[in-house]
Amino acid sequence: MLDILVSGLLLSGTYALVAMGLNLQYGVARIMNLANGEVLVLGALAAFWLFTTSQVSPLLTVILVIPVAFVGNWLIYRFLLTPLVRRSKNQGQLEVDAILATFGMSFILIGIMVSIEGGFFAYKYLSEPISILGSTSSLNRLVAFLIAVAIGGALYLWLNHTRPGVAVRAVAVSTEASGLVGINVPRMSALAFALGGAITAVGGALISTFITLDASIGVVFTMKALIIVIMGGVGEIRGAIVAAAILGLVETAVATLVDPGLTLAAAYLIFVLILLFRPQGLFGRVSS
Amino acid sequence: MIRRRLFNLAATAALAGLALSGAAQAAEVIKLGAIAPKTGPLAGGAVVTQWPNIQLWVEQVNARGGLDVGGTQMMIELIEYDDKTNPGEHIKLAQRLAEQDQVDFVVAPYGTGFNIAAAPIYGRYGYPMIAVSAITDKMDELTERYPNLFFTLGTTTAFVDGVKEILVEQREAGAIGNEIAMVNVADAFGIELADRARELFTEAGFELVYDKSYPLGTPDLSPVMKGAKDSGAKAFVAWSYPPDSFGLAEQAIIEDLDVSVYYSAVATSFPAFGDAYGGKINNVLGAGGTNVDDPAIAAYRAAHLDVTGKVADYWASANTYAALQILEQAIEGAGTKDKETVTQYIKDNSFDTVMGTLTFENNVSHTFWSVGQWQDGVFRGVKGTGVEGAVPVRLKDGWVE
Repeated sequence: MLDILVSGLLLSGTYALVAMGLNLQYGVARIMNLANGEVLVLGALAAFWLFTTSQVSPLLTVILVIPVAFVGNWLIYRFLLTPLVRRSKNQGQLEVDAILATFGMSFILIGIMVSIEGGFFAYKYLSEPISILGSTSSLNRLVAFLIAVAIGGALYLWLNHTRPGVAVRAVAVSTEASGLVGINVPRMSALAFALGGAITAVGGALISTFITLDASIGVVFTMKALIIVIMGGVGEIRGAIVAAAILGLVETAVATLVDPGLTLAAAYLIFVLILLFRPQGLFGRVSS
Repeated sequence: MIRRRLFNLAATAALAGLALSGAAQAAEVIKLGAIAPKTGPLAGGAVVTQWPNIQLWVEQVNARGGLDVGGTQMMIELIEYDDKTNPGEHIKLAQRLAEQDQVDFVVAPYGTGFNIAAAPIYGRYGYPMIAVSAITDKMDELTERYPNLFFTLGTTTAFVDGVKEILVEQREAGAIGNEIAMVNVADAFGIELADRARELFTEAGFELVYDKSYPLGTPDLSPVMKGAKDSGAKAFVAWSYPPDSFGLAEQAIIEDLDVSVYYSAVATSFPAFGDAYGGKINNVLGAGGTNVDDPAIAAYRAAHLDVTGKVADYWASANTYAALQILEQAIEGAGTKDKETVTQYIKDNSFDTVMGTLTFENNVSHTFWSVGQWQDGVFRGVKGTGVEGAVPVRLKDGWVE
């Protein structure tokens, strides 16, 4: 039982890392970013590459990745996505355009990554056994979990207790109204998109310490992130964290008590149930 | 004036060069098509096993002046496509190779499913197809239906048999009991092997005390490994794919899985597996194997590293290269680009390759490694069919470096 709780929570941390970035990008900047998984794998590639070529600790890479991914994503938003935002007349059109644009972008990113490393990003870092409440787990998963908690907590405080954070939340609620009260909507959207990309890349660098990734695996993470974001409620950081926790715990419980083969089925069952009974997500508002 | 003269000279030289190379191209090129994943789920395996060997072989053949086809030296022109690990894409591209690029010969696809899916289209165009990365028990049926299709890497049963033999030997030696913990990845490959293993292991008197599957791409395999550990079995068998072969090894180290026999299937033989886990995975068993002490294999591995910059994997790499050598010798032996004649030549002759002398019996070659083991940094073959140099199996003793 304790095994399930510990493993489940650690897995939740992984899922939260995967989903928090997309939540900001989709919730605030309103970009359904299908290249989200590729940005994550890019973070993983950075960690793998720096570790295997020059023995740079992945934890140091995490810190290096933040400014690079932030600037990279800001540039992507500024030059690739802003024209789409400008020309779209409504949310629906922007979503379609963003999906197509970022889908194309995902192939470019995959191509770049394959040209750097086409095989598996296989390396080992902090894979030391540790005992948490009598249950065996690994140090790298714990580290990733703790950083996920730190990022989630910081993000929550920032969104609720600072001026830019409140402005970001206002944009998430309504772009028109926040524009009317003097919030620089394009700037806040760019900020949210860049921040989301940075968090995703950090997640990738951390995840690569315990999951062996390759250049093409991004879509798996995009899908998982999408499920979590929609389950939790678009633009709701609490929602994403709670949804990640539910998914992690349920998957671990099913794998331990029933059959590991049914974890995917269980995850999608919860997803369907939430869509049926609470289509706006756990913490989402009903859109007017 | 001088400038004009120089220009004229250059133009004449260029023209002459063009004419020469034009004549050379018309007479001396043989087109080879290769379609395999560079992106998608199977790309990680294909860039280790498939693509570097194609590169190596084409470079080597061209360096010695190309193929001798009936007295004419022909340089190989390679046309490669990424099938994105999508069978539909592969078939479309295969059609393109045949119709538009009009290649003379092809390299067989990567992956069991892809070889079976693409056999009809390559068969229709009459290409001999020497499949390597394809393991199935339906070889007789398939080769009867597609007479151009050849198999070289062994059957499902042969692979399971290799593992079974080791388990039986170790039970007789008293290292393990009757209990086995077995897991498999829930896709066609894992399910077929696990089904066969369930039959063969039970026949041999073993009891599967833990027998579970997990979906491809499971992010956390710790519940699987905890379950296997709790079963108390001293033998662990995983019919796994990359990346879960890595994930299972990682969890076995974390959980300090107490077994004497540990086996995981695909990717255990990859150099990246040894690089990542170092001494901790010493004495881990896996699908494949090779005999690094064999001079032909050693020379091949050195050339592979030299040309591609990568260490060859310890399994299907050598078979992939051998399949290309068969194609090379068949084209030169038959002395023609005619596909039918070359196909018949493959059926009727034996070939001198890095895997030794290979012959086909009803289109199937019975020379392959089935189980290997990491022994002090090298993955050596311990079980195989028609191969020499198998080393004795060692027992897994902890996960400490």
